[in-house]
Amino acid sequence: MDLLRSQTSKTVLVLGSLSGAFILFTGAVGMIAAFHEREVVDRFISLGQLLLMIAPFVTGYYAAGKLRALGEAWPVLLIGGVVIGFMTAIPTVILLLFNSDEFRFLLDLTLRLIPFIAASIVAWRMHRAGNETQTVIGVWLLIAVLVGIVTFSFALIFEIKGDLRSVLVNINRDWVEVVTFDNRKDLARGIGTFGLISVASGFAGTILYLMPTVPRRALIYGLGVTVLIGAFGETARLILQENVERDTLREIFRRDTLRQNAALTLFIISTVAGFLWAMYGKRARASFSNIDVSQRRSLNIIGLAVFVVFMLALPWLIGRTLSDVAVTIGIFVLMGLGLNIAIGLAGLLDLGYLTNYAVGAYMLAVLTSIGPLGLFKGTFTFWMVIPLALLAAMFAGFIFAVPVLRMRGDYLAIATLGFGEIIGKLAISDWLKPLIGGAQGVQAIPKPIFLGTEMKNPEELYYIVLVASLVCLFVSIRLNNSRTGRQWMAIREDEDVATAMGIDTARAKLLAFTLSAATGGVAGAIFAAKVGTVFPNSFTVFVSINVLSLIIVGGIASNPGIVVGAIVLIGMPELLREFSDFRFLLYGALLILMMIKRPQGLIPSKIVTHEVRTGVKPKLAVAD
Amino acid sequence: MAEKGKPNQSRILEAKGMTKRFEGLVAVDSLDFYIPAGAIASIIGPNGAGKTTFFNCITGFYEIDDGEILFDGAQINGRSPDQIARAGISRTYQNIRLFNNMSAIENIMVGQEPHLQSTWIGAILGLPSTRQEDELTEDRARELLHFVGLEGKGDMLSMNLSYGDQRRLEIGRALASQPKLILLDEPTAGMNPRETIETTDFIRRLRDEIGITIVLIEHDMRVVMDISEHITVLDYGRKIAEGLPADIQTNSDVIEAYLGRGAAAATLEN
Repeated sequence: MDLLRSQTSKTVLVLGSLSGAFILFTGAVGMIAAFHEREVVDRFISLGQLLLMIAPFVTGYYAAGKLRALGEAWPVLLIGGVVIGFMTAIPTVILLLFNSDEFRFLLDLTLRLIPFIAASIVAWRMHRAGNETQTVIGVWLLIAVLVGIVTFSFALIFEIKGDLRSVLVNINRDWVEVVTFDNRKDLARGIGTFGLISVASGFAGTILYLMPTVPRRALIYGLGVTVLIGAFGETARLILQENVERDTLREIFRRDTLRQNAALTLFIISTVAGFLWAMYGKRARASFSNIDVSQRRSLNIIGLAVFVVFMLALPWLIGRTLSDVAVTIGIFVLMGLGLNIAIGLAGLLDLGYLTNYAVGAYMLAVLTSIGPLGLFKGTFTFWMVIPLALLAAMFAGFIFAVPVLRMRGDYLAIATLGFGEIIGKLAISDWLKPLIGGAQGVQAIPKPIFLGTEMKNPEELYYIVLVASLVCLFVSIRLNNSRTGRQWMAIREDEDVATAMGIDTARAKLLAFTLSAATGGVAGAIFAAKVGTVFPNSFTVFVSINVLSLIIVGGIASNPGIVVGAIVLIGMPELLREFSDFRFLLYGALLILMMIKRPQGLIPSKIVTHEVRTGVKPKLAVAD
Repeated sequence: MAEKGKPNQSRILEAKGMTKRFEGLVAVDSLDFYIPAGAIASIIGPNGAGKTTFFNCITGFYEIDDGEILFDGAQINGRSPDQIARAGISRTYQNIRLFNNMSAIENIMVGQEPHLQSTWIGAILGLPSTRQEDELTEDRARELLHFVGLEGKGDMLSMNLSYGDQRRLEIGRALASQPKLILLDEPTAGMNPRETIETTDFIRRLRDEIGITIVLIEHDMRVVMDISEHITVLDYGRKIAEGLPADIQTNSDVIEAYLGRGAAAATLEN
């Protein structure tokens, strides 16, 4: 009993239960079965199976760290890993048993026992706490009846419908197939395999923790790269397809999946590379920072040149399909940079960013469309309308900003959220239907024409997004280092004091809203030209949420962070179709994880890092 | 200032019947007072006497319910805080309110706001005039850092400065707007005796070297009596005395407001 109550066993039990709950949950929402469709290594392991292993593996690694901090020796750590692997498997195994024909009775039994067990536990506790016998018996009866009603109705449903699927839709054959590692017919063997793999993964996680730094890093690197390339096999193949002989490609991939040999080679290469980096990386970095200033400057220029050439060549390196994804990512980068002017620079939490996006898109649609709703039937070209879309969005941003100038923080967020909804409803309304087509939207938007060639492919549209993003980046960097930027910063830090410094806060805030809106308008116009049709379904509150999330995940007020955020949040679901079904589930999980573990974002700006590390507003710093 | 007041040229700040109410509570009650130009003046009074409210009314944070406030002969009540700042009044705060996540020098650069001309378009285009102004702003900020004794600390985030440095930086930021009148809300709060003396000397230097009129709220009577040339005593939002330190020290109302209560409290404790 003492052993069970120690901090060590508590840690292991809690983490193990969490890991088990994770596996159970992902299975119940259908994620495991969906991810099983994607093979990471050909005829060896699927993404779904990998998920089953990653949970105990990561938990084992993490728990080892916790136990080490509690001062435990390595054998305890290893035992902890095994226990975690075991506990990870338990909930899923129980569900497997409930789902099988032979052990169905267990489910009935459990459901019938739950009311009595629950009631008894509570009653026992009350008895121990010294309540009167009558009260205890009364409570026992009450709980038994109440819980009984619930569980018996569940039991009834199962009896009538015959299986668990009537309640848990995703606990189906596919799920069983994955969880038993293809031993659906032989349940004992399936459960054994699953349990063993789970325990082994937990154990492996602990082993990894116990390794010396260099091989550990090398292994993490090797595994990470292999899994990533395996999971994004389709993307990797599409990129290679543009640059590699067909026969070579066939040796590496079977359809979209890494072949076993290729995966092994990749793992070895990346592990060795990781090993070398872990051994000599520090020295390399040190010798780089020892280079004198003029040399480093020229190195920086070379780096920049390589980057520019890479960005220019990108669509031709990655091919059409991925260029299309790149354009989508680019549109969101553009919006992220724009919204960052309001949120990151001026601290104005704007949740109605979709307004500007919609205005820009509809502006372009109505003015350039050659369909029935086009006002000018092709008189206006894309290039003529872009400035108009920008101005229109600025105007919309201005109009919506005026009433909310006095609001701050949460109130501002809610008000802008409301404006976004208004725009969504307006777009679908009958009132504006003659102009923008209601639910059908505006069709037949011509592609931009540049020097006589129609930019109809994503490879070409990519450059428009690239240029727009660079312009926006340039503007926001310039502004950030100017009087205007300092005004915004001051408003973000303390609006009252900013006013007392003589800053016309209303004007500065209007400017931030308006410039941010302008970027959104351009992004909307580019989106309209890319898709060719504009209809209200594209303009839901999720656009605003997506943009906000990518800023938060990447790092507020951090320009590289926005690009990374857009790649992670917008690119990943596009590249991994299996993800997109669970997009918002994963968003939510990712955001919660980020807020707990890395609130400053993936690539934080210096200031925000500081703010997060030291607490937001420590007013009175103690004198040294 | 177009309409320079002729009748009270020597009074840089003057209020007539200034009243501020909060839901029935009268925080400042038809107050008449003046601050002589070029003076170091103090506002004193027991806790809750309405001293900070008084500052907030002058700087436009609160809109007064009655009366008028004249600065340099022009009426300033009803103007917004940024307009009043531009007119030449700046202030510090009882609980330091710096822009925490901005560097010390950026804090002072923001302080120069009333004198800056450059626009956002100029900043985007990188116009020579904008760059020039930015450089000038930075140079001037460095001078001010030097003046308040913070040279070499310009690039530190203001939240990382020591308490005394933060107080000094806040004064530096208030000076950056080249005000005619500066309001200091308890500048020596939380300081040890040595720091207090330094600050007192610094305040005197401010007036003597730059020629700004200074109004302090202060609890430390030694500081008040040491540097003030004009004292206004408030109690329950009313002015109970006004004049030179020597007059205030012997004023019976003031003694009652302070000591009367102190004596009462002492009796209760025993």
